[in-house]
Amino acid sequence: MFDINRWQEIWFTITHNKSRSFLTAFGVFWGMFMLVVMVGAGVALQRGMTANVEGFATNSCFFWTETTTEPFKGFKKGRNWNIVNEDLPVLLRKVPEIQYMAPILFGGNSANNTTRKDKSGTFNITGKYPSYNKIVESKMVFGRYINDIDLSEKRKVCVIGERVLEVLFNKDENPIGQNIQVNGIYFQVVGVARNKSTVNIGGKSEESVVLPFSTMQQAFNQGNLVHFIAATAQPGIKVKVIQDKISDVLKNIHDISPTDKAALTSMNIEDQFTMFLYLGLGIGFLIWFVGMGTLIAGGIGVSNIMLVTVRERTKEIGIRRALGATPRNIISQILTESIVLTLIAGMAGLMLGVGLLQVVGYALSKSDQFFKDPQISFGVGVAAFFILLVIGTFAGFIPANRAMSIKPIEAIREE
Amino acid sequence: MITLKNINKTYDMGQASLHVLKGIDLHIDKGEYISIMGASGSGKSTLLNILGILDNYDTGDYYLNDILIKNLSEKQAAVYRNEMIGFVFQSFNLINFKNALENVALPLYYKNVSRKKRNIIAMEYLDQMGIKDWAYHLPNEMSGGQKQRVAIARAIISKPKVLLADEPTGALDSVTTVEMMKVLTELNSNGLTTIIVTHEKSVADETRSIIHLKDGLIESFEKK
Repeated sequence: MFDINRWQEIWFTITHNKSRSFLTAFGVFWGMFMLVVMVGAGVALQRGMTANVEGFATNSCFFWTETTTEPFKGFKKGRNWNIVNEDLPVLLRKVPEIQYMAPILFGGNSANNTTRKDKSGTFNITGKYPSYNKIVESKMVFGRYINDIDLSEKRKVCVIGERVLEVLFNKDENPIGQNIQVNGIYFQVVGVARNKSTVNIGGKSEESVVLPFSTMQQAFNQGNLVHFIAATAQPGIKVKVIQDKISDVLKNIHDISPTDKAALTSMNIEDQFTMFLYLGLGIGFLIWFVGMGTLIAGGIGVSNIMLVTVRERTKEIGIRRALGATPRNIISQILTESIVLTLIAGMAGLMLGVGLLQVVGYALSKSDQFFKDPQISFGVGVAAFFILLVIGTFAGFIPANRAMSIKPIEAIREE
Repeated sequence: MITLKNINKTYDMGQASLHVLKGIDLHIDKGEYISIMGASGSGKSTLLNILGILDNYDTGDYYLNDILIKNLSEKQAAVYRNEMIGFVFQSFNLINFKNALENVALPLYYKNVSRKKRNIIAMEYLDQMGIKDWAYHLPNEMSGGQKQRVAIARAIISKPKVLLADEPTGALDSVTTVEMMKVLTELNSNGLTTIIVTHEKSVADETRSIIHLKDGLIESFEKK
């Protein structure tokens, strides 16, 4: 196997028949190249998807109210109803599977609702709980997020998005501790937040002003209203479980028919994610299926061309036999040629593919995040190497057998 | 050196069968210089193939260097060919993508001699054949005479017991034929048992004895 003499002989045969070797190997080169590029693209697609929802709790569900559509307990259908503050402790008590729960209040975004000195802009005003940051995570650019003391003391503080910062403040101005006016009321800026994911609730996060939930209820005369609830399930519990339980509890408290599906709208993000996951798996499977198919087709190409070459080389093989080559010599020569060609071509395809992915990755790094970091893992590279080894061996097998069956006299007589 | 006892060989040609060798008895001593002559179809090439362990025979016994050459495995046959027999062919049978030096060195490759060492030895043999300057040329850049010298160098590099030449001058002009016979005669005078199949009288006349084959039998064994 590691006889240098033999490798020299094989290398010599390959390199002194360049066009033949090139044609033989091209299929495998192309197959490997396609496989690498496709796997890289698939990885990029998945990474893009993942990046879009980074920091977003995938085990979350959301609730908001609509008018009832069924009469129940003497109430007519078409009734307006609201979730209220008092529901929250009940929910936490009756649905212990809840991990985090965050009620949200939406303010109107009337024109130029937010001002500071001579600057003003139209932004989304929301009232949130600190736990919201556990469900849809923000990266703090400056300062901190809303905390429990803000909430319990109903402090007039706010966390602003980056666009808000840009509009209301001068460049390089420190916003922390400064006051901004929201619908005529002053709030002190305690933090600047950037959403990690591209998922938004209640408008674009960079154009949002987040107030403590309790402060907002009081300052804008919202009473005990809750517009929206976000909740996550404890680890290991299906979101569907808390989704159903929360719905049941809320409907029970507010005298809504248990069969009234429209009165309380809820959305389960886990379902969407499962779909995403299966989509990713499906794409991955398709890529490997097609990629391996291409690679195997390349291998069959190697086998086919080597079979033709063996016919063409009948005389050479016959001469070698006459000069004392054993059948084993001939088989190992053809097999090794096949493996060496397959490996070299495959590795070339691998390198070119990885190179292309690098270039594309660099070009995309500043733009669209939907397609991110196209790369293949080291493991895939190693796997590809062994796949090539197997393909090379199988591809050489039939031609080697054919070569072995050549009788020296017949070969030498052939002119 | 070579003993053939009642060698028979039949080729199966579908429905008909062709009885090519019909009982050949022959003894060749070490160092002999023999030519085999005969009309086309007389069985002389078949006989040479059997002598060269390139082909099997049906019945009889063939001893080469006191070893019974019968029912050998492909591998054993290859080893004996490599160790005991040198071939020279009418069409030279050089490997066309290898240069003269590499062609000559090839038998040593199958003896597991290192590339460096076998190239040194091959160069010595090319020198002996007087074509050292052509060592790095490919066969298609050489004349027929040069090619046959390369082939002879390749045949003798593994120090065979017997040199078998199948129409060695068949593709050469008369001047080159004379040169080639000088080379073979000289090799023989150094003790190499040489058997030449030919249909040219002038070639056969150079050897010390002539075997005439006719219809698969030895018609005469003419010693000078």
